[in-house]
Amino acid sequence: MKNKQTALYKTHIELGAKMTAFAGFEMPLQYEGLVAEHQAVRNQVGMFDVSHMGEFVIRGAQAKDLVQWVTSNDVFALQDKQAQYSCLPNLQGGIIDDLIVYKWDETEYYLVVNASNIEKDWDWIKTQKEEKNFDCTMENISDQLGLIAVQGPKAIQLIQSVSSVDVEKIPFYYFDTGKIGSVDDVIISNTGYTGAGGFELYVWNKDLEKVWNLLLQEGEKYDIKPCGLGARDSLRLEMGFCLYGNDINDHTSPIEAKLGWITKFNHPFVNATYHKQLKEDKPSKKLTAFIMKERGIPRKGYSIIDNDGEQIGEVTSGIQSPVLNKGIGLAYVQTEHTKLGKELFVAIRNKRIPAEVVKLPFI
Amino acid sequence: MRFPENLKYSKDHEWVLVENNIATVGITDFAQSELGDIVFVEIETEGEKLGQGDTFGTIEAVKTVSDLFMPVAGEIIEFNNSLEQNPEKVNDQPYEAGWMIKIKMEDENQMIELMTAEEYSNLVG
Repeated sequence: MKNKQTALYKTHIELGAKMTAFAGFEMPLQYEGLVAEHQAVRNQVGMFDVSHMGEFVIRGAQAKDLVQWVTSNDVFALQDKQAQYSCLPNLQGGIIDDLIVYKWDETEYYLVVNASNIEKDWDWIKTQKEEKNFDCTMENISDQLGLIAVQGPKAIQLIQSVSSVDVEKIPFYYFDTGKIGSVDDVIISNTGYTGAGGFELYVWNKDLEKVWNLLLQEGEKYDIKPCGLGARDSLRLEMGFCLYGNDINDHTSPIEAKLGWITKFNHPFVNATYHKQLKEDKPSKKLTAFIMKERGIPRKGYSIIDNDGEQIGEVTSGIQSPVLNKGIGLAYVQTEHTKLGKELFVAIRNKRIPAEVVKLPFI
Repeated sequence: MRFPENLKYSKDHEWVLVENNIATVGITDFAQSELGDIVFVEIETEGEKLGQGDTFGTIEAVKTVSDLFMPVAGEIIEFNNSLEQNPEKVNDQPYEAGWMIKIKMEDENQMIELMTAEEYSNLVG
């Protein structure tokens, strides 16, 4: 099957991006280089095309009941124009996807999901809607809507300089709509997945290139860099944010993934009883952050071993942190070995390299 | 992307320069660009005799790791220990300051199996 392209594909090629296949899309992996792009986001501002993400609109009298049922976080706690990180639990104790829920008003919600899971999520939510007979409609606007993430300490100044909206008044995890340059109807959301602050802009595909080029041009004075998926991954991992398919999947509970904070048992949701019980019983393994004490980079699939060489876990994400210049990683580790400061070893090829359990974020 | 004419190239994306039966080996411009920012080069085989295609070390980039393979058989008589401090030389100057090892070749005929700059550039182009 041929990979899809976002509305910015040609722009990426013109900017000299190295492209890669990701979740069925041809996406920029990097432009200038991962580390330069990573540092741009940490120190000034960078922008990412993340138009591969999927967007569903749920409308109707019971839209909120459907979203409350399929997601683990508490949708009823949301105010209008507020967003919420959440996940879709399955019936087997795992996670179908992680997502962001945007509440427009009492009868309209947007769900933003991972590109790799668009079909799976859509089918699941639709099945639940029909099974429970929720009075609402579902629309998949993934192919019409683009998404640009503008991230970094200078992002707010940059967006303010091109927007009709007073973006300083948009609190963290809230959104508003308005103009970016001459383009109207842009959702300006104070969200992101880098830990560097900034905004995500939902723009119709027909206007996407215009918005991208304006930001690139106006961002020059802040030394903006276009950034690829490589930097997106290293940035999210320095914060300890989960990546679906690595750190969470169809078989991991949000309780094991330390996503208890988005798993609210004050309301019934799909398979809530299982996760509640798991929380009470304490899971036998937990997603654990560790930092390498010696030279070595953990990679997905490497074993975590104890002093005696027994395997006690497995790495789900790992990288050389561009900020710390050390190897950092996430791993599912047997709970008794996950105390802060505990020494573990990562099996890297024929060696055991010591690592230490640390708190998140890494930086 | 640069592929100097005076070098030979392996399918594992290494370049070889032969002078007086000594082969200097590094990775190609294409390889460094595919790997991205290189964080360290680990070569612990100095003094060992290895066969063609054997692993002589590992190269770690931020995102990925890759083995390094002997383009020709022989004894590793030297490795570029300046890469311990400055692995980014492999990105910046893959054919010059970024060289990795020198091999005392066992059999110069193995050079015939390697590609010319033109053949290699067709392979990765």
